[in-house]
Amino acid sequence: MMGNLLEHVGVERDRLHFSWISSAEATKFVDVVKEISDKVRALDTDKKFAKEYTK
Amino acid sequence: MDTCIEKIRAICADLLAKGEVQKVIGFAEGSIPMASRPIAVTSKDDVEKLVFNATCGLNLANYVSDALPKEGKIAVTAKGCDSRNLVTHMVENQVSRDRLYIIGVPCTGMVDKRKIAALFEDEITDFIEEGDTLTIVSAQKKEVVSKKDMLRHNCRMCTHRNPVVFDVMAAEPVAEQSLDQPFADVDQIAAMDPEARWAHFQELTKNCIRCYACRNACPLCYCPTCFVDESSPQWVGKGQDKTDINTFHFLRAFHCAGRCTDCGACVEACPMGINVRDFTRKLNKDALELFGWEAGLDMEKRPPLDVYSPDDPDDFIK
Repeated sequence: MMGNLLEHVGVERDRLHFSWISSAEATKFVDVVKEISDKVRALDTDKKFAKEYTK
Repeated sequence: MDTCIEKIRAICADLLAKGEVQKVIGFAEGSIPMASRPIAVTSKDDVEKLVFNATCGLNLANYVSDALPKEGKIAVTAKGCDSRNLVTHMVENQVSRDRLYIIGVPCTGMVDKRKIAALFEDEITDFIEEGDTLTIVSAQKKEVVSKKDMLRHNCRMCTHRNPVVFDVMAAEPVAEQSLDQPFADVDQIAAMDPEARWAHFQELTKNCIRCYACRNACPLCYCPTCFVDESSPQWVGKGQDKTDINTFHFLRAFHCAGRCTDCGACVEACPMGINVRDFTRKLNKDALELFGWEAGLDMEKRPPLDVYSPDDPDDFIK
């Protein structure tokens, strides 16, 4: 529901991932992190929740 | 609906005189026309202060646990939505059923005060409700309108006008509505592309002054320390930065996931006229579609995000 609400307000769905990984599943962890990194990289830097600081 | 106030007063006077309840929570006339405010009555001599009309848009379930006397019972007048929030309070162990005396009030909806105010250029000086006819007066003119045309959006969309739990009813139940498209407003937003949706919510909350009236009016928000007030850690900035406003509205809404009864108290309380229900309505739609859940209807069931069931949708977990 959280992902749906984020998507509803216009945040890209691929920025939020849920996964169930056991502490014994090191390779799955690596795969999932790689997949997430790739997807988020493809979306570019998030501007929506980034504060604009005055220099 | 006006007619049942005499019955409400009689019930309350009787309860207080017999000492069955220590207090009654109801609505009283506000200081300006078209305003009503919550009141706690402790003496039968004060029951005349109680009113019930189409301006009683706040949710009285919000005041029950704070006003609960050390011993004995508290009575509360409850519209359909208030009663559902009382159920939520009981399910979430905020108050026990045996401390409550619920005076059920069948509801035909509350009026959208901003919509009425928009009919006038000057200040409204009088508001008279007779059945479905509303007569609103200002110094310049007098408008006679049908209450049906002036209902708040959540009241037009309401399918639980009658209290779901009560000890006594103040009037005969009213007919429930059935809707062809219960979430047309949500679908309309969902049909936009992501950037347009983002822009919609930015536009929606741009006037937010972070007064937290929406949170304070909400019967679901009873945490001793709200995440916005917490300073260690500070979850969200306290200023007018749009990122902080976004974070506040998003999280406030999500805390209501699977618990919101769409009572409209948040919108009623907002001094800036922000329809914060645009957030919670999406959650209500999802709760219904994913879990077949409408909040506050069943005393035996916990909210869907509170329990685990093997049938829970899990396609989002990879």
